[in-house]
This record gives sequence, structure tokens and C-alpha cells, in this order.
Amino acid sequence: METDYRKMWEDLGINMKKHDQLLAALPLVYQDIYLTQKNRPKAMEYYDFVISGVHGIRVKELLDAKEDGKKVVAYFCLYVPEELVIASNAVLVGLCGGSNFVDQEAEEVLPRNICPLIKASYGFKAARICPYFQAADICVGETTCDGKKKMYELLNELCPTYTVEVPQKPDTEQARELFYKEIMTLKSKLEELTGHKITVQDLKKSIEIVNAKREVLDKLISTRKAVPPPISGKDSLLVSQIAFYDDPQRFTQKTAELVEELQERIKNKVGVVDANAPRIMVSGCPMAIPNWKLHNIVESSGAVIVVEESCVGTRYTSMGKINNSANTVEGLVKAISDAYLNIHCSCFTPNTGRIEDNVRLAKEFKVDGVIHYTLQTCHGYNIEAAKVEKALKEINVPMLRIETDYSTEDVGQITTRVEAFLEMLKK
Amino acid sequence: MGLDMGSVSTKAAVLEDSRIVGYAILPTGFSPQDSGRSAIIEACRRAGISPKDVVYIVATGYGRINAPFANSRVTEITCHGKGAFYMNNCARTVIDVGGQDSKVISINEKGRVVDFQMNDRCAAGTGRFLEVMMKTLGMNYEEMSHAAINSENPSKISNMCTVFAESEVITLLAKGESRGNIAAGLCNSIAERIATMVKRIGLKEEVIMTGGVAKNRGVVKLLENKLNTKILVPEEPQIIGALGAALEAREAILEIKQNQFIN
Repeated sequence: METDYRKMWEDLGINMKKHDQLLAALPLVYQDIYLTQKNRPKAMEYYDFVISGVHGIRVKELLDAKEDGKKVVAYFCLYVPEELVIASNAVLVGLCGGSNFVDQEAEEVLPRNICPLIKASYGFKAARICPYFQAADICVGETTCDGKKKMYELLNELCPTYTVEVPQKPDTEQARELFYKEIMTLKSKLEELTGHKITVQDLKKSIEIVNAKREVLDKLISTRKAVPPPISGKDSLLVSQIAFYDDPQRFTQKTAELVEELQERIKNKVGVVDANAPRIMVSGCPMAIPNWKLHNIVESSGAVIVVEESCVGTRYTSMGKINNSANTVEGLVKAISDAYLNIHCSCFTPNTGRIEDNVRLAKEFKVDGVIHYTLQTCHGYNIEAAKVEKALKEINVPMLRIETDYSTEDVGQITTRVEAFLEMLKK
Repeated sequence: MGLDMGSVSTKAAVLEDSRIVGYAILPTGFSPQDSGRSAIIEACRRAGISPKDVVYIVATGYGRINAPFANSRVTEITCHGKGAFYMNNCARTVIDVGGQDSKVISINEKGRVVDFQMNDRCAAGTGRFLEVMMKTLGMNYEEMSHAAINSENPSKISNMCTVFAESEVITLLAKGESRGNIAAGLCNSIAERIATMVKRIGLKEEVIMTGGVAKNRGVVKLLENKLNTKILVPEEPQIIGALGAALEAREAILEIKQNQFIN
């Protein structure tokens, strides 16, 4: 399977020895966490297949696209509008950063005590073990948090990185104006890179494509409102993670098939757990592939995660259905830039939208408890947790805080806290 | 029977109906499973029964995942809440400071856990901190506790980290600072950390303290001052987790009997 791709990786300048170690470990982890689940939807086979060839088949697609003259744009964060990249005739691929495998390489340059996601994002390039990174013509970053902002400066020395400025107070006119100008500048940058001038038609089409992807993801997450849910949190998380880098139209098609199967399950009252299994919402920092740690602990303790208020959950679709009725490039870009400011990340102030989202979702998904998940040292989400907790307390929903990294050292401690929380939730 | 398999010590408690008839506290050593078995045997011996007479065992503590002789597992948070409530049903805040972790548990009028805070990723504020410092000062528990109560001029220990605080202590000793004052300063440090945890969760009277560190009267007294409340320490604070586990076992038996009756 993977042996067909060795030459491809060598040509990409991959560190083969270290890469082999990574590829050897992944199937065992995936088997243990994913393939031991009972009663998985059949449609999950597609996503299992994607993971089985995670550094193979999709990378080959990107390289084929490059042969056709297309450019590969890599990104990390939702604030980079996919619509713009697709309109420029480039391929957008989300990079991971969900493993501490490359900590050593990262710590040669970055401080040890920072967000594990930031460290890993840089580390995968520094260690040269990510073929997506190797294939990328440009990386697009954003000024969300301080750590990422400064890491992009260093990343730029390894891979050309262009940083988009994201405003701090999104509800103001100035903020919308700023972000619009930033996205227009990004547009020029992409046109320069690809040699393709973005037209009204390009944007209308790309908005439609990404709207469709968001719509199907929304439907997928909504199926989990059912009691019991027809799909596990782990599986839904995986689908959301793959949304970042799979071909958008194929992904939309495959996820529509999954949603159909789940809706059939709901009709027949088929679930992945008992109807009385504790229903948990995970709220907070994103989980990049292959970070499945918390979901695995929670769902191995007898609970089921029914929704993620996260970039790999409801925030991914919070831009909503973007209106592409405008007939000028400026009008369409404005529709995009305004919509993307609806993402309620803690890098914004005030972030009342997120607090309201948490309360709303807790009610809609009939949640028994919320686990507020933060990556170690994440100031934004760690501080905002206090507001989330207070708001949830007002609707009698208990909250547990877990701040952690990617290591396996604290799995025991986290398990104890999660189990104690679940014991607390028992009626 | 309840079995609390901690990192430093293993505790077992035997209940007959709802009376404690025997208990044992043994050092954990390097085989939690072996210590678990030994604790069960010893607790039974003291209760005047045979291990065969034990109907249901609940295991708690960090070693509970490797207790094949247990019928079920419950976390130490729930067990400490239950055990503390049994000792005093007016207790609403439980402070448990053990060998390797410290926790504050909020319980309601039924003895059920409604909130908890844990510190289990850092040795500061745990028994480990005191152990390290006792070694550095060449003092035993009693001497440390005595010093904490009687020192007129406790040293100020600025370091939060156990490892760095140890260096600080050595420096103070070299400067000629008295062991008694340093010991008092260290007890103050640990009390400060625990008090912060309690305030985070919100103090609700009455307060009960469990775990090995509760035996240090110096720390308890300092905590009482900082929290401005009376703290109840049971006669044997180390077995409260095992007691809670035994109470869980009793509930499990009652539930089984009830289900049998219904069927």
C-alpha cells in the first residue's frame, strides 16, 4: 500500500527514516481507537480508507494537480476562506499538527512551553515528515493568537508563508472593513501565485462548493441530536478533521451518503450507545489529526460525545450559507469576509457569541455535561472557560475543564477526572 | 469492602451493614495488585472474618484499573465524597491531600458530588512535597507538624515547584535559618496552595479534611486560619476513600438485591 509511494516521498524531500516511524505507528493507533468500535455506520469505510492512505493517495492527487499547472495552498485555520483559494484555481489543503512526534525538532527553535498544536505545526515542516507540507507552494497563516502569529514568522523561513490579519473586535464596522481589505489582498496574492485572475463566475462557483460542504457537515452534526445518537463522537470528529484536506466535492458527496445512512438509523432508532448513556458536549480548542485523545477517553468511559463546539465541530460551519448573489468581485469577497467573521474564536473580544453558542448547543443536543477542552498554555480559551462555565451553570449543565497536550502521560489522570464527572452526572 | 489503591499507600475497609468492622493501611510498594491483596487479607483479619466472607469489593484510587479481584471501580472523588459524608453528614467541602494528588470536593446534602477540583500533575501541594522536604530537613512528620504550630517566624518559601523549593530550603539552611522556621514556612506553602484550590471551587461549611497530610496538625491549623473556618479531621483520615468505596459496594449489593426482588 504505502510502498508504492516511497519514490514520491523521496522526491518530495521527506525524511524517510522518521517518516517510516510515523507510518508504522499510525495504523496501530487507528485500529485501537477507531476499528474496535461497535456498530459503526457502513459509510465510515470511506474515511477509514482516507486515513489508511493518509500520506499516499491524496498527496498523489495534489502532485497530479501541480503537474496540471495548479498550485497547492496549505493552511491551518478556519479564517482562511476556502472559497478564495478554489476560485484562484488552486488546491487548498489543511495541515495537521495533532501529534507530539516532532516536538524535538520544533523545540530546537521554538520554546518548549507553548501550545502543542503550534509546536507540532512547525515541527512537521522542520522535521520534513509531512508530504502535504512538502508539496505546498505557499502556506497561509492568520493573526489569531500570538503563538501562531510568531510561529508563522519562523515557518516562513522553511516554507513561504503569507499571514492574513484578523481583527480583534469583529462586531465593528472597522473590523469588517479591515478583514475585507485583508481578503482582497489575499485574493491578489493568490492571483499572483496562480497566474489566474479571479472572476465573478469563479467566486460564485466556489461559494456554492463550500456552501454545499458546510451544509452536509451541518446535517451530519445535527444527526447527533437523536437519542441515542447514530454515530460516535470519534467518528464525527474524524469526518470533520478530514473536511480540512479532502477534495471538497468528493467529501461532500461521501458525507451526504453517510448522513443518509444515519438518518435511516435514526428512523429505526439505531444508536451507537444505549439511550441512557451520558451525552457530552466538548467545547474549546480544535483537535487536529491525529489528536483523538479526549474523545477516546470519554467514549471508552461509557459516555458519548454528541457535539463539538470547536473548529472541528460547529465552528467549521458557522460562516453559514454565504450569499453569492452579488455580481461584482468586490461584492462577493465582501459576502465572504463578513461571513467568516462569524466564527466565534476566543481570539476575538468580546466573544459573547461563543458563550451563547455553548448554551444553545447544550440545550439543542440535550447534553448532560460539558467538557471544556483546552490545549496546554492556551490563554484565550483557558480564560474564556470561566464565562462558559458560568453561563452553563445558569442552565444547570455541569462543566469539567481539561487542559492537556498530546502526550500519553496524563491519560490516567484525565480518565479519573472524566470518570468522576460521569459519576457525578448519574441521576 | 472498599479498596483504595493509592500511589503511596493501599487502604482497605470492611463494612458489615453500615458499620466499619475492620481496616488496614499498607505501603503500596511496586506492585499495587499485591498490596491490594495484602490489604484485603489484613483488613479481614482485623475484622475477624475470612476474605471468602466478602460479598462485594469496590476498588478506587489510581491502582483501580488493575484490580482483577474487584467487582467494580469507582473514582476516588466519588468515594471520598461518600466517605466524608458518612463521617459527618453536615460536611459540604471535602479536602483530600494524598501522596501524589490533592483535591477539593463539593458535596450536597445527600453526600453526592456536585463539583470537584484536582491537582494531579504537580507535586506541589501534595504529600510528596512534604516527604521531600522532611528528608532535606532531617525531620519526621511529628517534628514538622510541631514546628508549624510553634514557630514564631516562619520562613517565606517563594518557590511553587517542589524541586526548586528544595533548593531554596538548602540555601536557607546554609544561611543559618532554623529548621523549625523552615518547616513552618513549608507547611504554610502547602496550606496556601490548598486554600487557593478551595477558594476556586467555593468554600461551603462544614469542611472535612482527609488523606495522609491531614495528620499534619500544623498544615490543618494553617488551613483553618487561611479559610477562616473549622476543619474536621477524622480519627483515621487515610481510610476515608476506602470507606467510601465500601459504601459504594454496599449500595451495589442493595441494588442487585432490589433487581432480584423485582425479577
